[in-house]
Amino acid sequence: MTDTTTQQVTRQPSRNLFQKLEIDMRLLGMIGAFVLLCIGFDIVTEGRFLTPRNIFNLTIQTVSVAIMACGMVFVIVTRHIDLSVGALLATCSAVMAMTQTQILPYVLDFGLNHPATWIITIVVGLVAGTIIGAFQGALIGYLTIPAFIVTLGGFLVWRNVAWYLTGGQTIGPLDENFRKLGGINGTLGETWSWALGLILTVAALWVLWTSRQARARHGFAVKPLWAQGVLSAIFAAAILGFVAILNAYEIPSRRLERMFEDRGEILPEGLTIGYGVPFSVLILIVVAIVLTIVARRTRFGRYIFATGGNPDAAELSGINTRWLTVKVFALMGFLCALSAVVASARLANHSNDIGTLDELRVIAAAVIGGTALSGGIGTIYGAVLGALIMQALQSGMAMVGVDAPFQNIVVGAVLVLAVLIDILYRKRLGA
Amino acid sequence: MVDRSGTPLVEMRDISVAFGGVKAVDHVTVDLYPGEVVGLLGHNGAGKSTLIKVLSGAYQGTGEIRIDGRPVQITNPRDARANNIETIYQTLALADNLDATSNLFLGRELVTPFGLVDDAAMEAECRKIMGQLNPNFQKFHDPVSALSGGQRQSVAIARAVYFNARILIMDEPTAALGPHETQMVAELIQKLKAQGIGIFLIDHDVHSVMDLCDRASVMKNGQLVGTVNIPDVTDDDLLSMIILGKMPGAAPAA
Repeated sequence: MTDTTTQQVTRQPSRNLFQKLEIDMRLLGMIGAFVLLCIGFDIVTEGRFLTPRNIFNLTIQTVSVAIMACGMVFVIVTRHIDLSVGALLATCSAVMAMTQTQILPYVLDFGLNHPATWIITIVVGLVAGTIIGAFQGALIGYLTIPAFIVTLGGFLVWRNVAWYLTGGQTIGPLDENFRKLGGINGTLGETWSWALGLILTVAALWVLWTSRQARARHGFAVKPLWAQGVLSAIFAAAILGFVAILNAYEIPSRRLERMFEDRGEILPEGLTIGYGVPFSVLILIVVAIVLTIVARRTRFGRYIFATGGNPDAAELSGINTRWLTVKVFALMGFLCALSAVVASARLANHSNDIGTLDELRVIAAAVIGGTALSGGIGTIYGAVLGALIMQALQSGMAMVGVDAPFQNIVVGAVLVLAVLIDILYRKRLGA
Repeated sequence: MVDRSGTPLVEMRDISVAFGGVKAVDHVTVDLYPGEVVGLLGHNGAGKSTLIKVLSGAYQGTGEIRIDGRPVQITNPRDARANNIETIYQTLALADNLDATSNLFLGRELVTPFGLVDDAAMEAECRKIMGQLNPNFQKFHDPVSALSGGQRQSVAIARAVYFNARILIMDEPTAALGPHETQMVAELIQKLKAQGIGIFLIDHDVHSVMDLCDRASVMKNGQLVGTVNIPDVTDDDLLSMIILGKMPGAAPAA
């Protein structure tokens, strides 16, 4: 029709810079909020917030919640909820703590800090988490008990299964190798961090370029070359900048001295070594990338979003939505176990209260990250960014010296405000 | 004229569906030949949609379904698709948050050799089929919630015809459409008919059934009033079948 074509012609020039770059405005808003938050705290704390040391700590504190938030995106997108993630994390942590401190060293006679202990422990934990998640998913999918009820029950059950398994005691210290996955005790070091940064940069640019090629091959419109260049530059700067900051956090000289003494060497004068990217952050990066691919480029991901958008349509399109629910919750359980690895390794112990209130942080992170509770909408990077914003807010306020009750009041208010802004934004977009 | 000497494409024999104590469909038998359009008529709640959902796998019923004379089990929508039965639902059954391409291929995505969905190839196919059905359609990247009723309808129709359907079920396909688009659907039905596809058309509108269909089966209160050849009846005959449940002519069927 003629009027549609004229409409398009007139609309074309009014496209602004961001549309040309094809950047999600929502993502931009979140990054903007995060940057403002960081700069604000940095000014108030007189430059103590944006130091390599604090950014390093912020990153490792975020990992556990962020990993679970990635799974929670899928759960919420399919119109479910999981209130049991904190409790499930505790059960997985308890299972792994008992495995590495009791069963493997003494029952199976491996001894302490056996090189196979950490890997066996993690496999046991991941299997336990996946089975529990799948079980809850089966109750929801096949027996059609609402997810809210199943996971509310799970919240009580798994928290206390963890208690029962450990007798309520703090179990530790955990295996030496296992603890390396917690954060500061295990990092890639400067060289490998740069290598990782380069690999990620190349991969990001390759993805940008090939998706452009694929569109061009089918004769679809592609963004202008300069926009592609700007976007590539931003990606590269962000990745390499992040690595540079983590590398800039230097191992304290005392600690470095001790490390050299352990090896029977003497610390050379003036030598400094940066920490680099922690293994736990590497785990999060891998989880986020894999799940983003799953969400966008696999049938499983497509079905998750279709089911969230219209469960009846998904069912009528031949999607087995029940089995899909089991898979989504099994994945959530797997990620809870992975978070349990990171969380307990960071604390070097399994404590009875590990993961308490994590379900709320995880849901909040996913929701702040743009996941709609009505289903069908959500992104993995949004959830990770949401987790980061929450953690920045929390630790920033702690640094400023805001009283503990006020910290939680602010976090709660921000959660509600974030959702309000999201609703207004979507309304303006008409989506 | 439709050749009804061979084996019917679809036979639904003695189909019953009950919800709780209510018999939504009560021992109904209908059939469909290749290249034929059979209208299903009746009041709201007469059981037309329920009957047809047994064929599309959305509901389970008792009775027998035969395709090409061979009995088949259809227990879910996947079975129906495997038998080349495609359905355009009244509700359209689109995932509103996904774009037209994703909806077109939902459940049957094209994948790359690595097992990842091949969005570019699917979009190319989608553009091809939409180019035939609705050349004005341009919104390939918007979620279908942003489309007009007619555009949404054409996505639903594209999904049904793209995958080489042999049996097509259309549940009020023109309910959301303007006159121009309704005409397009009518032309499409003629085209598909010519290709030998059998179509069940559920419609409220007696006139469009008179225009488009070869035969009509009328239902009332879950039971089949009867099946008539359209050339043999008038609008009024059909109306009295729908309203009074009476077969036209001297011998009314029970």
